[in-house]
Amino acid sequence: MENSKNIFNENPKSSLAKVLDIITTMASKPSGFIGLAILIFHVILAISSPWFAPYDYKAINPSLMLNAPSSEFWFGTDSLGRDVFTRTILGGRTALTITFFGSIIALLWGGLLGIFCGLVGGRIDDIVMRIVDAFLSIPWILAMLLIVSLLGTTTEVLIPALGFFYGKGIVRVARAATHDVIAKDFIVSAKARGHSNLSIIWNEILPNVRDAILVEGAMRWSWMLLGFSSLSFLGFGVSPPTPDWGLMISNARGLMSFAWWAVIAPIVGLSSLIIGINLTADAFAKALGIDRSTKAPV
Amino acid sequence: MKTNIQEIKDLSIGFKSQKGKQISILRNITTNIRKGETVGIVGESGSGKSTLALAMMGYIKHGLFTTRGECLFKSQNLLSLNNKELEEIRGRKIAMIPQNAGQALTPNLKIGYQIEEALRLHTDYSKTEREKKISELLNQVRLPSPKIMALRYPHELSGGQQQRVAVAMALAGNPELLLLDEPTTGLDVTTQAHVLELLKDIAKDTGTSMVYVSHDLGAIAQVCDRVIVMYAGEIVLEGPVRKILKEPIHPYTYGLLKSIPKLSLAGLPDSMPGSQPQPGNIGSGCSFYDRCNFSNDKCKVNVPKLEYISEMDTSVRCFNHSELISITSEQKSKNHLQKEITIDEILDLKDVSISYAKQGIIDQFLNKVTDTNPTVKDINININKGETIALVGESGSGKSTILKSIAGLLKTKDGYIKFDKEKLLSGDLKKRNSEDLRSIQLIFQNPDESLNPNHTVEQILSQPLKLYFGLTGSKLKSSIAELLEKVRLGAFYMSRYPRQLSGGEKQRIAVARAFAARPDIILCDEVTSALDVSVQAAVLDLLQKLKEELGTTYVFVSHDLAVVKAISDRVAVLYQGRLCEIGPSKNVYQFPSHPYTEVLIGAVLEPDPDIKPKLVAEDIVEEKPPEIGCSFQGRCPRIIGDKCRNETPPWQIGDNGNAIRCHIGIEELKIQQSQC
Amino acid sequence: MFFLIFKRFVLGLITLFIVSLITFIGVEILPGDACTSYLEREAFGEALAACIKRLGLDVPAHERYLSWAFNVIQGDFGYSLSGQMQINEVLGPRVKNSLVLASAAIIIGIPLALILGIITALWRDKMPDIIISTVAIFSMTIPEFISATLLILIVAIWLEWLPGIVIVPTDVTFFELLPNIILPVIAIAMIMTAHMARMVRSSVIQVMASDYIQMAILKGVPYWKMVFKHVLPNALLPAINVVALTIAWLLGGVVVTEVVFNYPGLGRLVIESISNRDLPVVQALGIILASIYVSINFIADLLTLMLNPRLKTLQTRK
Ligand SMILES: Nc1ncnc2c1ncn2[C@@H]1O[C@H](COP(=O)(O)OP(=O)(O)OP(=O)(O)O)[C@@H](O)[C@H]1O
Ligand code: SF4
Ligand code: SF4
Ligand SMILES: [Mg+2]
Repeated sequence: MENSKNIFNENPKSSLAKVLDIITTMASKPSGFIGLAILIFHVILAISSPWFAPYDYKAINPSLMLNAPSSEFWFGTDSLGRDVFTRTILGGRTALTITFFGSIIALLWGGLLGIFCGLVGGRIDDIVMRIVDAFLSIPWILAMLLIVSLLGTTTEVLIPALGFFYGKGIVRVARAATHDVIAKDFIVSAKARGHSNLSIIWNEILPNVRDAILVEGAMRWSWMLLGFSSLSFLGFGVSPPTPDWGLMISNARGLMSFAWWAVIAPIVGLSSLIIGINLTADAFAKALGIDRSTKAPV
Repeated sequence: MKTNIQEIKDLSIGFKSQKGKQISILRNITTNIRKGETVGIVGESGSGKSTLALAMMGYIKHGLFTTRGECLFKSQNLLSLNNKELEEIRGRKIAMIPQNAGQALTPNLKIGYQIEEALRLHTDYSKTEREKKISELLNQVRLPSPKIMALRYPHELSGGQQQRVAVAMALAGNPELLLLDEPTTGLDVTTQAHVLELLKDIAKDTGTSMVYVSHDLGAIAQVCDRVIVMYAGEIVLEGPVRKILKEPIHPYTYGLLKSIPKLSLAGLPDSMPGSQPQPGNIGSGCSFYDRCNFSNDKCKVNVPKLEYISEMDTSVRCFNHSELISITSEQKSKNHLQKEITIDEILDLKDVSISYAKQGIIDQFLNKVTDTNPTVKDINININKGETIALVGESGSGKSTILKSIAGLLKTKDGYIKFDKEKLLSGDLKKRNSEDLRSIQLIFQNPDESLNPNHTVEQILSQPLKLYFGLTGSKLKSSIAELLEKVRLGAFYMSRYPRQLSGGEKQRIAVARAFAARPDIILCDEVTSALDVSVQAAVLDLLQKLKEELGTTYVFVSHDLAVVKAISDRVAVLYQGRLCEIGPSKNVYQFPSHPYTEVLIGAVLEPDPDIKPKLVAEDIVEEKPPEIGCSFQGRCPRIIGDKCRNETPPWQIGDNGNAIRCHIGIEELKIQQSQC
Repeated sequence: MFFLIFKRFVLGLITLFIVSLITFIGVEILPGDACTSYLEREAFGEALAACIKRLGLDVPAHERYLSWAFNVIQGDFGYSLSGQMQINEVLGPRVKNSLVLASAAIIIGIPLALILGIITALWRDKMPDIIISTVAIFSMTIPEFISATLLILIVAIWLEWLPGIVIVPTDVTFFELLPNIILPVIAIAMIMTAHMARMVRSSVIQVMASDYIQMAILKGVPYWKMVFKHVLPNALLPAINVVALTIAWLLGGVVVTEVVFNYPGLGRLVIESISNRDLPVVQALGIILASIYVSINFIADLLTLMLNPRLKTLQTRK
């Protein structure tokens, strides 16, 4: 109803202009603006921090153990005497990279399998969805922990494993979106004209489910980050001495009754990033006109 | 003069656009509703009818607000009352019967509870009195066995029954004013006629004032004393129903009336150019200026005022209304002469049956036929090259099902479909060759659904061109431009998305896409049902011209009998997936022989208060066709006992070329018809 | 109706069957078997042989699966390597403790989520909605281990109101456990409530925009009566399934929370068994957690079926 701005004179746009349009719409609401700002800040920080980190992140110095914040060490030092500020600004790099690529993998396999199932329907769809359901019912943390503990915590293990476990939820969304589209007359019309299945997927279905899948992918990114940090926190993510927020929180936690700074700094870093991605994903969904608040976070 | 029950004074309602601009959707509405009269509000979709009706109850939708004016009910301004005060009035003094009662009844509450709720709120009956009253009300709206009805949930009733329940609920509070928003839209013709009859009786018995909102002038003509015509948020014409429908002195109403297909006239109705402007996009002068045939320069800059013409008791918003007074509303229509039917068969449906029932795995394995009562059965139709054959019938009569099986989207269970005399069309789309696929194209009811919202017009039209003719580059582009020109649209439409087009323009694109394949046959599924009347006439006109130009054959499905009469050469009447009558449309409409055809055509509402519908049969809905005997036995007013129940009626052909399926002879049927 | 319930039940069983296959095959294809993983560097000679014998690793995989599955159906999960005892004995008290924790969170979370969701929907875009929704976004996005850590820091360390870390033996009685679970319950309930409140909100908003609510208003039904009679039953019905999925999804978060608070429940057992590479226990946990997920969803299905008027009448008519 609200779009009674004059649609008839709206000029057709190039795809770049469309992307810019979406971003402008996202930034026009305060929550979207804050989300985007936080996300951009974190990305820039992650890319540039190695150049301006004041200290060496792994330099252990027993004489500087658990120093409170000061002009020298802005966020204080940790139990091994390492600079918390340095470790905090570097602490999001691994998480951001791994989860970003993980989300892309999740998006691709989840999206494609979902569209496929939605399209073919019938027996095959039933079987695949049963299996997806079964995977959904195994808590992600158990499966991830098992894989990581047996295969190791390298990037080559983490990215595909996260990508796999967070993609199964996308299968459902993509399948539902495909189902919605498939009932529409323009698909019936394409079928009646005799187009091939591939051409129908590519020309008619994909452009119409793309938005829903992208939004889902953006959402997954924030959950995956949450999952990955939980792994790190439990000691199954990145290995020390690599700085990582989850791990830093876990290490500093035992001593937080007298060195709260060592735990607060990474908490702020991680929480702000997750909130930033979440707000951005929400604004993205709204800008594309998708309501996803009724969906469960599976 | 009777006293006014409601007075609306200079009412304007609008909303704030995203850019903060204030946009009006109702502008300076001033009118009165008098005690005991029924007033109709007509207008195209988006003209603000519903918004006005809701304002009459003091209800403004979320996001809208009143910019000026008031809405007085017995000199109390409803728009300034608080919720508590409104609760006192709503349902008790003013009640509403909504469009689409199916969605307006709360799904988790029983019918009886919902009516009782209204009684409890608005009367002081005791519990037992209320129970009695519920039965009375359900009886009053002619629902069978009220006791059982009251225990049902809304989804257990048919559309017509739900509408009746809504009426009963509105009557519960004994209101002085009853507002009806499109109460019969979406119902089958026969049901619609019955509900209107009921409303008329209620108005007569209770003396309640009614406001009847509708886009359908046929319905308005039947029930209203006075009519208000709205266009783009304004009242453009207001007066007694006979004056408005017979001597319309506003150019819009004049054009609108001429664009409605009527049973009493042969051929296509005249069409009106353009479409209604969107709110916020209305020029500085008269809002109808762009589409008006009577306009002059004055109209472009000055807004005409609503002017009362006392000798006609009519108010009109037009500078040049006097020109229209002189034109007699005698309507001559364009001469679409029905073609003599030449036998040159292009499509042959032989004994076609179609079933939606899924076979169980075991039956599939044993190759056993389980569905003895398929949705569509025994369809025999020959279609000749260049003719337009129409399939008519109520909802659920299997019209679209037959189209789908011709297009190859549904398998036939029995029988076959032959194309071009010798080619047998496979029931499996994948097995049809590209040539057969190209020859048969489909146009759908709702262009919003049939055009990919993420494609531009160019992409949409290039699909068939690429697929069938392998066109690319400049050839493709020029073909698209050519197609657009064929459907009377400029080449600049190429880069637009469907959402940037109006309903009529979208349907033109759908037509262009079908013609892009240069087909021999086009299957049209309710192609004008989603369009406004004035736009519908233009699309029908376009289809007719293209056909004359290219010699295409149409299979035209519609529930609107007047539209079918206007465009078709032959008609096939279906009931519950079985053929009842088939013949040249001229004859079928003139002498509807089969009892069902008679019922159907009798129920059509003409936009003329002096032509009343004939209600011959009850409007019961049947969920399934009967297993044996005549398909129409459940509702047939002329049923002759066990023969009809047990034996499938034979085909008989009358001297005028109509073929019907009935146990009673054609001549005998004619005699029976003339007796009542 | 009965058939529908039966069908859901069978589907749930099929899901569990697939889960058992997945966990079994997963353990099978990952490098190393239960014994080599567990014994690590000592995986040779007699110790290895004893272990293999104990777990019956010397028979072919499909036979092992069948006998394992057969035992599981009878409630016997096998032998825990690290605990050196029957897995059932390990599980018993843990299941009880986790159930206490989760039920407390659900009992607090669901009513709270309902109230907050309804308030935010009815006062949509007004102050109460803006405040609650903002807080909800924070509490649903921040990971459990952060909120748990912050709770300990603020409530236990700075304010010293409650014990921060649960230091109780695994088999404590219910009443000894009670004061210890307050903080963990808050940590879990926070995120769960936020998720559910958001869903309830949008479901209520959807129903409020429907034709039948407009009709109820125009009928003159008083506001609160309309909310309770016409809006809520229709808004909450579709929310049930989504809520169930959410609860099930949050099981993962319970694991982390238990670790943070050192709470002796199933979650901590997950970490312990993984750290000890005690694969038989991991398998057992997989099945148990999956059954919880499946049962929660089954209960939700049952509720929906029972409350849905469309299905109710099917039953009374036949
Ligand atoms: N909440 C809203 N916000 C903005 N515009 C609105 C809103 N509600 C209605 N409109 C616009 O107001 C105009 C009139 O709407 P209304 O529903 O009164 O039309 P109508 O004549 O009843 O149409 P129909 O025949 O389709 O029911 C339309 O252009 C519609 O898009
Ligand atoms: S005022 Fe002019 S433009 Fe408007 S309806 Fe009358 S003649 Fe047409
Ligand atoms: S066969 Fe009998 S029931 Fe059927 S239409 Fe003729 S008279 Fe009516
Ligand atoms: Mg309307």
